[in-house]
Amino acid sequence: MTETVLDVRDLAISLCDGPTPVAAVEGVNFSINRGEVFGLVGESGCGKSLCALALAGLLKAPMAISGGQILLEGRDLATLPPREMRHLRGNKVSMIFQEPMTALNPLMTVGDQIGEMFVLHRGLTARAARMKAIEALEQVQVSSPERRINAYPHQLSGGMRQRVMIAIALACDPALLIADEPTTALDVTIQAEIVELVLDLCRARGTAVMMISHDLGLVARICNRVAVMYAGQIVEQRSAGDIFTAPAHPYTRGLVDALPRLGRRLERGQERLTEIGGVVPAIRDFPQGCRFAPRCGRVTPECRAAPVSMTDLNKGGRVRCLHHV
Amino acid sequence: MLNVLLRRLVQAALTVFVVITLVFLLFSVIPGTYASSLQADKRDVSAEVLERIEAELGLNDPLPQRFGRYMAGLVQGDLGTSYATKRPVADMLAGRIWASFRLACGAILFAVCIGLPLGFFAAMRRGTWLDTATMSLAVSGLSIPAFWAGLVLMYLFSLKLHWLPTFGYGSGGLRHLILPAITLGIAPMALLARTTRAAVLETLNADFIRTARSKGMSEQRLVLRHLARNAFVLVLTTIGLQFGSMLGGSVVIEKLFAWPGVGSLLIDSVGLRDLPAVQGAILVIVLFFLLINTLVDLAYLVVDPRIRYR
Amino acid sequence: MKAGANLYVGGGIILLIAVLAIFAPLIAPYDPVTSANLMYAEEPPGAQFWLGTDEQGRDIFSRMVYGARISLFIGLAVQVMNTAIGVSLGLSAGYIGGWWDEMVQGLTNLMLSIPTIVFALALMAILGPGLLSLLIALGMTDWAYSCRISRAQVLTQKSLNYVQSARTMGFGPLHVMFRELLPNIAGPLIVVATMGVGSAIMAEASLSFLGLGVVPPNPSWGGMLSSAREQLMVAPWVAIFPGLALFAAVLGFNLLGDGLRDLLDPHGKGRK
Repeated sequence: MTETVLDVRDLAISLCDGPTPVAAVEGVNFSINRGEVFGLVGESGCGKSLCALALAGLLKAPMAISGGQILLEGRDLATLPPREMRHLRGNKVSMIFQEPMTALNPLMTVGDQIGEMFVLHRGLTARAARMKAIEALEQVQVSSPERRINAYPHQLSGGMRQRVMIAIALACDPALLIADEPTTALDVTIQAEIVELVLDLCRARGTAVMMISHDLGLVARICNRVAVMYAGQIVEQRSAGDIFTAPAHPYTRGLVDALPRLGRRLERGQERLTEIGGVVPAIRDFPQGCRFAPRCGRVTPECRAAPVSMTDLNKGGRVRCLHHV
Repeated sequence: MLNVLLRRLVQAALTVFVVITLVFLLFSVIPGTYASSLQADKRDVSAEVLERIEAELGLNDPLPQRFGRYMAGLVQGDLGTSYATKRPVADMLAGRIWASFRLACGAILFAVCIGLPLGFFAAMRRGTWLDTATMSLAVSGLSIPAFWAGLVLMYLFSLKLHWLPTFGYGSGGLRHLILPAITLGIAPMALLARTTRAAVLETLNADFIRTARSKGMSEQRLVLRHLARNAFVLVLTTIGLQFGSMLGGSVVIEKLFAWPGVGSLLIDSVGLRDLPAVQGAILVIVLFFLLINTLVDLAYLVVDPRIRYR
Repeated sequence: MKAGANLYVGGGIILLIAVLAIFAPLIAPYDPVTSANLMYAEEPPGAQFWLGTDEQGRDIFSRMVYGARISLFIGLAVQVMNTAIGVSLGLSAGYIGGWWDEMVQGLTNLMLSIPTIVFALALMAILGPGLLSLLIALGMTDWAYSCRISRAQVLTQKSLNYVQSARTMGFGPLHVMFRELLPNIAGPLIVVATMGVGSAIMAEASLSFLGLGVVPPNPSWGGMLSSAREQLMVAPWVAIFPGLALFAAVLGFNLLGDGLRDLLDPHGKGRK
């Protein structure tokens, strides 16, 4: 029996600094089940990080949630008073960020920074929190945690710091972990280790993971289901296997074709990887109709006429395209 | 770490040496001596008396000899004897250092107590009227000539309201200190308000503040535990530099308030071409600057682990 | 938007002072020096003497108008000297590096460890009061900041393509420094120099206040204040108005500097 942890309905995020708010993200619908790994993919600026921040209640002015619901275990985070949101943050929803080098407080020992979670959400004393912090460090496979607990962030490598971030994020056994490009800033050799660590720990705790990345390959490999975002909208949502082998949206197809895969070039007789022409439009310049239309190879006049809505695919999943494959 | 301190010490000694040499040379190269300044002062001094005074003070000896004599004394802690008062310069400075130090402490206290909170709240309420008002105040504070601000304060609080004494040192109590200290503290206060605002804004934008938010803590805890200390580290240098240069900066204020500090000694001695006294005063001013900067470096060792473990 | 306000207010103040300075003989109702007349000593502001008279009966407004000439002249000339020294040293130190860089940095640290006013004071004592002494004393002592900034800028720009290509094309170091690098680092330097004019005006006023700057009968804002303390009770206007002018001038250059910084560096700290 699957249990829904997160249910996002019609989420819209707007830039509210002008006379009229401009929607940066809209019509975002998805749900994540307990223990599931859900991927959110897109180019930078497509709105995936905004979604992540909105889920954690961390949007900064002038960005704000302008519509929809974010149901976490049945409670709507979008309308929760800040005070209550604060108690859920870190406790029920946690985040890991992209930059381990700067995401930790340089003036606090990692022990204090991990221990703070237990002080905040479990009401432990500093002493007890310290013991728990050592345990937490041990769980993220940091060697000699009793010693490392007294280290400052600058004394640790990037991979180590990201482990500390993971320890902080998972300290209070959250229901949902949002990982925003957790490995992008790391050395290639450590990336796989960190991803495996996150997945193992979350599997053991039954924590749902929302993995945000621009790397479709990574996401398809580790996730159960994947949503692809383009220009503030989800354009395709499928099971991970399907999206990779049979992308339905032309944009997804473009992403897949841009991935280097062993042997594929020879098979197709291609000299180089295919890229998607053009650039992502800016928030204020989103086209009227299908937002991908200006860059799409199959565009027809209807595409530009009116906004395109999501349609169900008969092989499972949903897509936002009039001419999907 | 010891290395850094040692390097600092050597640098400081070198700076002091160069400054002393420079002042000595400047006063020697340009014609005119203490004795001739007596004449310029239109005091009736005969040529013979001049001759005798110069001989007495050793002003007729060749330059290297005079310089060597001064430096030899300096190494032994002897700052020489004032031409004008015939007293050892060290004795003259002793009491004045305390007066100047009190003034500098009062001023930096004023600057920190007002400037830090102002800058902090301006940053926290960024873009509001409070921010605009604080920043306008800061740019005004940086533009206001200190000695004029002193005159205005003197007029208001001494002459009109009769709350505080106009000028002088009094018997060393606080009442005489208030006006000169505030006057001297205005510009550093304004600068600190600006620096603090910038530091808080920079820290607010830092990734680790977002991390702290994602942990789910109250704004109060966020500010106290994560923001304040990190922002303060950025401001500390400015506080140190301002405090360190205050002994020199107070020259004009000391003159205005007839404050018997190192600064007024410097001005008086400069007018008299009383070289040993000038040397002594500048030496104190430079040493104070170097001392405070070293202390700030040491303070960084305490507050910033990134430096502690380098 | 606020950047624009700073720019306009600052520029406006300076323009006004410049107009006063340039057309001083047309604007000032009395001669600033020869109008001394003890009959009219310490007259309060009124119809005859708009801002009152000083202890020698000279019209304060007229003296202020003429004082603008000295302040502006000293401020600009001194800052040109400081900037020239600072930029030459900083540019060459950053570009050439090595022992020259070490030496320049040592010199800069030395200058920073002695407050400008103390240095200038010592120099003025040696050179004697007067305009030329002021130029030398102030124009050679306050270049540490422009030196540091140009050095730091050069270090970040040195490895960029345009510098490399200019070198490859065979241009000498002087050409690269002043024709290639300088225009590219001019922005921050202009800001520092603009604010420096304000500090130079302030420094001149301080020295004149101490009696070591402009020679007395000549009108200087700082000099006008030097006797103000003793007359504060009976003639506060002697202290108020020249100080206001001085404040406005320094404020004008500071605001202009702030405005220029926001204009030249829109992504910098000014707006972040």
